[in-house]
Amino acid sequence: MKRRIELILFLSLTGHFLASNAAENPPDYELSLQDHRFTPSELVIPADAKVKVTIRNEDATPEEFESRSLKREKIIPGKSQAVISIGPLKPGTYEFSGEFHESTARGRIIVK
Amino acid sequence: MLATGVIVFREVIEAALIISIVMAASQGVRGRTAWISAGLVAGLIASCVVAFFADRLAMAVSGIGQDLFNAIVLLTAVFLLGWHNVWMQQHGRELASEMRQLGQSVLAGSRPLYALATVVGLAVLREGTEVILFLYGVLSSGEETPALLTGGVLGLSLGVAMGVAMYFGLLRIPHRRLFAVTSGLILFLAAGLAAQAAACLVQADLISPLGRALWDTSAWLPEESLAGRLLHVLVGYVAQPDGVQLLFYFITLTIIFVMMRICQLKPPALVEKP
Repeated sequence: MKRRIELILFLSLTGHFLASNAAENPPDYELSLQDHRFTPSELVIPADAKVKVTIRNEDATPEEFESRSLKREKIIPGKSQAVISIGPLKPGTYEFSGEFHESTARGRIIVK
Repeated sequence: MLATGVIVFREVIEAALIISIVMAASQGVRGRTAWISAGLVAGLIASCVVAFFADRLAMAVSGIGQDLFNAIVLLTAVFLLGWHNVWMQQHGRELASEMRQLGQSVLAGSRPLYALATVVGLAVLREGTEVILFLYGVLSSGEETPALLTGGVLGLSLGVAMGVAMYFGLLRIPHRRLFAVTSGLILFLAAGLAAQAAACLVQADLISPLGRALWDTSAWLPEESLAGRLLHVLVGYVAQPDGVQLLFYFITLTIIFVMMRICQLKPPALVEKP
């Protein structure tokens, strides 16, 4: 019985620690680029929070991640990745594109 | 082909307009074509070097190498443009009398042409790297190469044509007023570049945006439209400015303007002729 209480206490403490840790670090999101298309092409992120988005460019050629509404512009060389931090943002839809392949590389971030 | 042309045009136009303003501002100064051409060529070479090392730059300083690099390039240009304006105020009087006495062909080479040449190089570097990376991507993907190259040449020519048009437009201004006009243009150009630098630093997470998108005029005048682009380069138009961008803009405007006034108010130094 005593063991069990200890175990519960331990689990709840670690749980608490992990939860608070997650709240401190901005949550991470991932986008990948393949054949000049973003996957996923839509990201849903929370409002008023700072988040990090890792963009992996699986193509061999460079791409420029660009969004006027997010005010971000970053060149991602071929076969490499870049991290951009966005937010805190107001709820809404924010379009982004790969400037070098605008016809296919499009997506949006929905802030809820 | 059209898409290629549009992208190249978009990138070229900023450098083209800056070069045309710099050419107009250095009107009548001996050796300016050589200096500005040198700046242009150096900018192109530097673009190739930066494009080649793009992946290393992207990884540098834990992922913010690119943003930091852009901010430094922009702020250096801001400093040089401001310095040129202040210098012009200081020496404007001498230049004017020199022009009267000797005719404008001898506007001495003592003017800081290297500052303007460096600004040209930096402007070309900023846009050139992107064009090279874009064209490299297009070429190596093995799509219809000739059509894409035609597009690239078309975009380049159109951008250069805009710059040439702006240059000859500026030359129509009477000589007495030309320097005042180019100084004004350079003042706003510098402020706009400072605001761009602020955006780079925000992106790198080095400074706070101090309020995101304080207003939004993108419905009336989208930044990606031709008019929006032109105004973006000339006066720093941003459809959704952050607070810190406005701060950088007005601080730059104020500092350069006040420095220009101070230098202008100073009584002309008595030149002792040996």
